[in-house]
Amino acid sequence: MIFLELFITFFMIGLFTFGGGYAMIPLIQDQVLGKGWATEEQLIDFIAVSESTPGPFAINIATYVGAEQGNEALGVFGRFLGSACATLGVVLPSLIIIILVAKFYLKFKTNKYIAGAMKGLRPAAIALIMSAVVSMGSSVFLPGVERITDISLSLFTSYDFITAAVIFAIMLTLMLCIKKIHPILLICMSAGLGVAAGYAEQLFVR
Amino acid sequence: MKNKKLKLLWQLFSSFFKIGLFTFGGGMAMIPFIQKETVEKHHWIEEKDILEILAISESTPGPIAVNTATFIGYQKAGTLGSVAATFGVILPSFIVISAISLFLKQFMDIQAVQYAFAGIRAGVVALVIKALIKLYKSCPKNLMSYIIIGIAFIAAVLEVNVIIIIICAGLIGIASVLMAKKEGKR
Repeated sequence: MIFLELFITFFMIGLFTFGGGYAMIPLIQDQVLGKGWATEEQLIDFIAVSESTPGPFAINIATYVGAEQGNEALGVFGRFLGSACATLGVVLPSLIIIILVAKFYLKFKTNKYIAGAMKGLRPAAIALIMSAVVSMGSSVFLPGVERITDISLSLFTSYDFITAAVIFAIMLTLMLCIKKIHPILLICMSAGLGVAAGYAEQLFVR
Repeated sequence: MKNKKLKLLWQLFSSFFKIGLFTFGGGMAMIPFIQKETVEKHHWIEEKDILEILAISESTPGPIAVNTATFIGYQKAGTLGSVAATFGVILPSFIVISAISLFLKQFMDIQAVQYAFAGIRAGVVALVIKALIKLYKSCPKNLMSYIIIGIAFIAAVLEVNVIIIIICAGLIGIASVLMAKKEGKR
């Protein structure tokens, strides 16, 4: 039953991500890509959509994946039911745990086991996001490469690779130089450069 | 009395609805709105409470926005308050994304949009790297951290289940505290 599966999957995603936001990406990759609910490219596109729409990333992606999967199963009604199941699923662990924490606020604050667990969880979150960057990076810069042996020199001189690498380098430099630059502005600039590069290829290269 | 409670619940819901509606990208981008609504406007919490609430939100599972809403809601009006605030903060996302999902696929078929997203994907990788750098700065820097980062990274690249990696890392952290305590007793 797809609706129960959506609820459980996003409940797990809500339960096992600490720190929110992009810390969720590795688990979402693991669960959502693993189930075939989206492709790596769709997930990256959706990160951009989510940055440009209100609300937390986790809620946005739960609502979207739920709507798409529900729609496939039951049409318009399934669309609503699917997004509701996935969104409730991702929110419920927070709701339950925070209510408990708020009840035992002072004890929680000074609990050494929780402080200890955080010592392990923070570095692990960093490692997981690093691996997410690797898999996102390979799908963006080297699409179609499944194994290391598939990589050849011609990939690095292709038009697509060079434009992607240039846009990536410009955006990273901008972000590192201007601290307060808004993500939406970066996404708009990336989009503009992407459109320009796409039509330039049609005009001059082909 | 009953009316007062209802009014408070409505205020929690509508304040967090506004917070959810005007935050793009979630997480830390919300802080200015939370300050404005909960500290300046409604005096539900004090300025100094915000950092503490954020620390709790970060050390519990789930999105920071939802955790903060649930926590403040509970402090002000118990379980019902936490439900009202949480629904408030997620409802704008839910409505906007439900509407977008209706035409996102057709939108993606347009040639210019495909070019745009080819550029956007490269930009998004840069965004995630920036978030990674920021998180790294808040991570404790000692040998244990580096070892966990190394092992967890290799495990993740080798496609070990992410939930298993997270549980192991938490257990290692707890074990390190217990061992430090034993050392201290000797």
